[in-house]
Amino acid sequence: MDSEISLTVDGRRHTVAVDTRTTLLDALRDRLGVTSPKKGCDHGQCGSCTVLLDGRRHLTCLALAVSYDGAEIVTAAGLGPEDDLHPIQEAFLDHDGLQCGYCTPGQVCSAVGVLDELKQGHPSHVSQDLEATPEPSDDELRERMSGNLCRCGAYANILAAVREAAGRGQA
Amino acid sequence: MTEQAAAPLQPRSMGTSTIRLDGRLKVSGAAPYAVEHPADAPPLHAWLVQSTVARGRVSALDAQQALAHPGVVSVLDHTNAPRLEDTSNGELAILQDARVGFRGQIVAVVLAETLETAREGAALVRVTYQAEEHAAELRVDNATYRPDSVNPDMDTDTDEGDVEAALAGADVVVDETYRTPYEHNSPMEPHALVATWDDAGEGTVLDLVDSTQGVHGVVSALAPMLGLEPGQVRVRAPHVGGGFGSKGEPHSHEMAAALAARTTGGRPVSLAVTRQQMFALTGYRTATISRFRLGARSDGTLLAIDHQVFEQTSAIREYAEQTASPTRMMYAAPDRRTSHRLAVLDVAVPSWMRAPGEMPGMFAHETAMDELAVACGVDPIVLRELNEPATDPETGKPFNNRRLLDCLHRGAQRFGWSGRPAGARASADGEWWVGTGVASATYPMMVQPGNSARVRSLDGGRYSVAIGAVDIGTGAWTVLTQIAADALDVDPAAIELEIGDSSLPAATVAGGSSGTSSWGGAIVAASQLFRNDHGDSPDPGVETTASAAEDPVAEEYALHSFGAVFAEARVHRYTGEVRVPRLLGVYSVGRVINPLTARSQFLGGLTMGLSAALFEESYRDARFGHIVTQDLATYHVATHADVTGVEAEWLDEEDYVATPMGSRGIGEIGIVGTSAAVANATYHATGLRVRELPLTADRFLP
Ligand code: FES
Ligand code: FES
Repeated sequence: MDSEISLTVDGRRHTVAVDTRTTLLDALRDRLGVTSPKKGCDHGQCGSCTVLLDGRRHLTCLALAVSYDGAEIVTAAGLGPEDDLHPIQEAFLDHDGLQCGYCTPGQVCSAVGVLDELKQGHPSHVSQDLEATPEPSDDELRERMSGNLCRCGAYANILAAVREAAGRGQA
Repeated sequence: MTEQAAAPLQPRSMGTSTIRLDGRLKVSGAAPYAVEHPADAPPLHAWLVQSTVARGRVSALDAQQALAHPGVVSVLDHTNAPRLEDTSNGELAILQDARVGFRGQIVAVVLAETLETAREGAALVRVTYQAEEHAAELRVDNATYRPDSVNPDMDTDTDEGDVEAALAGADVVVDETYRTPYEHNSPMEPHALVATWDDAGEGTVLDLVDSTQGVHGVVSALAPMLGLEPGQVRVRAPHVGGGFGSKGEPHSHEMAAALAARTTGGRPVSLAVTRQQMFALTGYRTATISRFRLGARSDGTLLAIDHQVFEQTSAIREYAEQTASPTRMMYAAPDRRTSHRLAVLDVAVPSWMRAPGEMPGMFAHETAMDELAVACGVDPIVLRELNEPATDPETGKPFNNRRLLDCLHRGAQRFGWSGRPAGARASADGEWWVGTGVASATYPMMVQPGNSARVRSLDGGRYSVAIGAVDIGTGAWTVLTQIAADALDVDPAAIELEIGDSSLPAATVAGGSSGTSSWGGAIVAASQLFRNDHGDSPDPGVETTASAAEDPVAEEYALHSFGAVFAEARVHRYTGEVRVPRLLGVYSVGRVINPLTARSQFLGGLTMGLSAALFEESYRDARFGHIVTQDLATYHVATHADVTGVEAEWLDEEDYVATPMGSRGIGEIGIVGTSAAVANATYHATGLRVRELPLTADRFLP
């Protein structure tokens, strides 16, 4: 059974017919040709499909497209096109926070989400004081980025990139 | 094809950190991976149906319900799939008869208009089997088959001197068994391709946009089976989301897509293997059992080394991991012996995974060396100094540049090895036992024959450089551009590199740490010949294609890279949890061509080694023959929070015996020895010797 939904993706509004079984990830990749979010597991276990959905990071493989009618989605391509990258993307380049690049759009979207969550004072599993505004310490960043697997093992460099984007420079 | 002896290259761009040329495309997600390539026509989606028995025959396959599902176009099985001309490769010869060789084997392919309908269609295919008795458990007592050779073509056994007599006369003997589990490569991009079959015109019949480590390797494996000439198959792979060996050779899903595409009247077929299916279909590392015996004088000088390996292959296609190969060249000892025996099981086909042989073999060897150091009461680094061979123990040839001890010494200095307590269970920090460990690393230097490159002059002093190499995340786009720039003596910005296409000059696989050496050598040879023939200011449009002549000098040496890995482990006193706050690798690999991307490769190898040390284990249920842990929630790999202080450095050197670039290859060595260093550190922390990976918490509980 098909349903029509509308999605705003990277600033462009689309109306698209989807099967009720279609995930948000497949709606993006397969129906709309938006392939910046990647499919690494299709089961919510790897983070490759992370986008910013209505401003917050979100896995698109565990979401059925029909329940996101009207959603506003920003992918890594929308954060910064190739010729006008977001500062986090620039930091990934400078620190070589990628190898094969398949997890990278998800890592980038997650990093943007993480910095925003820190700014808004959301605590994490490693926050000592749940009331205080958490600092973007290495432990906090690692913990918060842990939903995004990178089999190439770029973690050390991704951390350096996110740390720089968090305003902590080369520390 | 012209062969050209490549002269040593002076580094200008080589040796400077260069940001990945494909980086902008990748951080924005604009780099297209296999199934992301826009096809000429809307593709049909393929979904695989896998066997649910480990051995037997398909007795009936009912596709009625599947075909009745809206959107399903066809179902291919062994009764209606196109016939292959050659079925000798038991992994790739799918859908040719009713036989089932392992649980998870492809028994049907459903083609449908959408992903959802293809998936639903696959669920609706009813398959009944005539099951037969199967064997799926690796044990020492059933690993009795002696293969003719081990991967890639090494001796199965070696035997020098009299090992038993030397062990009998030794002051100290370590005699232990070490085990490594099944491991799955698990690249983040699942194996996937778009296949189009069009035999209407001349030229390409089968066109694949694939996720592979070697475009030409896919052509040479598939073409003869499909009755095509190599020139009728074109494979492209401009961007590949990791492979770690699992995309080194084609697997059965590639054949499934090719066979399916042959039936659709020219319509492309898109096939993405699911994460779960990868655990049966796209290769893995066999579990290994190593019986290791070291005999030594009381001071630690080795007299005998005996390494008996028991591991597994598949009944439908042989693959013999070369687990004892590093044991043959690592340390001096007059009496030495190695052997490999396989259990032939009704299981999925094992294959290459990062540093096949060296990774599991060096876990055993380097843990045994640590046990010997403890038994003799000598420092582990001193033990390795004592047993440093003057020439290669395996071939008798001199080493090109064996700097294992330099790596150990530099690492010891940076890591702060001196002052380490000699005894185990000597340091604690709160509820954590703290220890440190070290292990050696090694990997052979390999240049593959059969590579050539094409250099063509363009307008404005620019050059096109083309070779069918593949960048699976190693940085080939960048590094080959740097090599070409130096070989033509121009700025890297003047190079237009073309790779990832089998219509380009032939290239071998991105594997065995041989890619950059093999492709780079061809690029240097072609560039130098180009300059020879066409001078420094050629007219646009002239070109030279050449391959590198084999270097006779290299034949005289034993060519290997070396490294030393240091780890700090903390083991929780009450829960047994293991953490690794510090991991350092120091490597001797010849010239590092791009320090920025090379460091990433070393860190990636170390991280995968850490992951293997602590988490990775594919569990096979021998009753049914399949891997139970078939997703990323149950097959655990390291994530951000697991990776704290991982660092890598390398010795400043060049090796022109190895390649004209002075480099040796870096992709594998980071994973070698790493899990042994971590295991040795956990021993030092706790006094408990764990001889089996992964080092899960239960192993440290009393
Ligand atoms: S694809 Fe969504 S989490 Fe893996
Ligand atoms: S860069 Fe390859 S998986 Fe992260």
